[in-house]
Amino acid sequence: MADSSSGRVAETKRHSRLVDFLIRLVREKPLGTVGGIITLLLLLTGIFADFLAPYAVNDCHMESLLAPPSARFLLGTDTVGRDILSRVIFGARVSVIVGLTATTLATIVSLIIGIVCGYIGGKLDLIVQRFVDAVMSFPSLVFLIVVIAIIGPGIWQVIVVLGLRTGIIGSRIIRGAVISLKENEYMVAAEAIGCPTWRILVRHILPNVMAPTIILFSIRVPNVILTEAALSFLGFGIPPPTPSWGGMLSGMARIHMLRAPWMVIWPGLALGSVVYGINMFGDAVRDLLDPKLRGGAGRYGMRAKKE
Amino acid sequence: MRAYIIRRLLLVIPLLLLISAMVFFLVRVLPGDIIDVKLTQAGWAGLDRAMVEKALGMDVSIFLQYGRWMGIAPGADGSFSGVLQGDLGVSWWKMVPVIKMVADAWPITLQLGIMGLIISQLIALPIGIYSAIRQDTWGDYIGRSFAILCISIPAFWLGTMVIVFPSIWWGHMPPIMLIPFTEDPIGNLQMFILPASVLGMALTGSTMRMTRTMMLEVLRQDYIRTAWAKGLKERVVIISHALKNALIPVVTLIGIHLPIMIGGTVIIEQIFMLPGMGRLIISATANRDYPIITGVIVVFAVVLVLINLIVDLTYAYLDPRVHYK
Repeated sequence: MADSSSGRVAETKRHSRLVDFLIRLVREKPLGTVGGIITLLLLLTGIFADFLAPYAVNDCHMESLLAPPSARFLLGTDTVGRDILSRVIFGARVSVIVGLTATTLATIVSLIIGIVCGYIGGKLDLIVQRFVDAVMSFPSLVFLIVVIAIIGPGIWQVIVVLGLRTGIIGSRIIRGAVISLKENEYMVAAEAIGCPTWRILVRHILPNVMAPTIILFSIRVPNVILTEAALSFLGFGIPPPTPSWGGMLSGMARIHMLRAPWMVIWPGLALGSVVYGINMFGDAVRDLLDPKLRGGAGRYGMRAKKE
Repeated sequence: MRAYIIRRLLLVIPLLLLISAMVFFLVRVLPGDIIDVKLTQAGWAGLDRAMVEKALGMDVSIFLQYGRWMGIAPGADGSFSGVLQGDLGVSWWKMVPVIKMVADAWPITLQLGIMGLIISQLIALPIGIYSAIRQDTWGDYIGRSFAILCISIPAFWLGTMVIVFPSIWWGHMPPIMLIPFTEDPIGNLQMFILPASVLGMALTGSTMRMTRTMMLEVLRQDYIRTAWAKGLKERVVIISHALKNALIPVVTLIGIHLPIMIGGTVIIEQIFMLPGMGRLIISATANRDYPIITGVIVVFAVVLVLINLIVDLTYAYLDPRVHYK
């Protein structure tokens, strides 16, 4: 009996903290709330695409090719008579999958490389950083295009290549943060009292690089979604019959875009607003969670005097 | 400091070797055999396979091919000509030296990149600083929304929109032919300003955000309080005390973003039909034109290595607290 009641107490406590956080979000960050709603909508659309879309994703309505927006096709149809709205809705699913998996992979890779290189330093750092340099020296899209041309386009290929590249490059920021942390007195103190290396890494460094890691994560999710769209746009991403917001702007859409602008407007608008929403939400959460960035103006908490 | 610069310069050499090897072997793994494609082409049909391989220099082992391409192994005629001698090989489709194609395409990409960088920094830094020193005012909100808008709008979509809508509303089309700077400087700049702004947009947004965040952190440090306490003017505190330290991560950010931006030229060139490096490499990937692909990537890589070097040295200048052993 005692067990279940204490469990319930813990649960209500956690629950109320989340509610607390949401109340603060709505009160203090109106734009962040809008962003959060957009993010939630994207997730739900991605999960329930099958129920939301009015038509199946590759249904060709041969009697209405390039039809302008109407009651039957709310956003119009494309060159082979597929409903644009349905394809935009299914495109959300691709974005959610790619955005979350590739960013998680990237974060893990960044943390491992960044912390190890930054803390241990020396020869290991020198050698590993040359490889990071080499990867950084290829312009991102050019690198991705060439690698995907080698292994062939496809959703998993895009996720792995994008995740690894983003992670390797992001490790620089984590490494930089770790190096500047090492200059702090408490680091010297921890070493002086004989802290084992793993303990310093996990207890002293990891918590202190959480801020840049969270910032990186929230910046990366929308970035990864954008890059996937750009790759698909160039024909090196998700192969055609699968609807991707980037891919919908390429190929036949570009040829007919002056005659049927609805083909290119909607996928890009969906992509833009989703990336905007995630960015805004990430920004707000960051501000609420990081006490260092909270409140106060330029003059150490006081407003600058106006003459 | 001088020792650091020299060591950093020396490290560039093995890095470039590493890059050249990575590029060469990466590209040669591309699926689809150029020989098969070549044999179906007019003028080549019916030729002996071995002869074609010999003509393209693919009859020897891949390591010897790499040596020849680098110019450290003698070619079929016994002469050394490769990357080290400034020869990137000959395109397998157009039979034109790659170095010549790169020389034609590079200025366009470079101009696009430099203009994009300048435009983005001119917009981003003032707004970012203002946002930080007037945190939570309307100006800050507008600045931040603008920054996030810049990051969120996909460049390939905005690029498409700025072509589609003017042409639907006013019948205006962007010029198809490239206007050379030497013939018509104003026309050339006018032609580039739109693509360059679209290209620099993502960097504008990120720089603005990073500048703001870092300024906010720096402004809460003790030495800034000391500066205020000394009675310094806001301009002095912000520009000579805070800005220099706040800009360190911003410089890294720009360094990280430049490859993204240069990669972005691929898309912008495709949309605005500018015959730069991006269009060159995309058509080459489709044709499996190995010498062009390797050549273009090597040129890109060399440029980015130099940019990274400059970013690292700027670091040393900006933050005297960073130690270089």
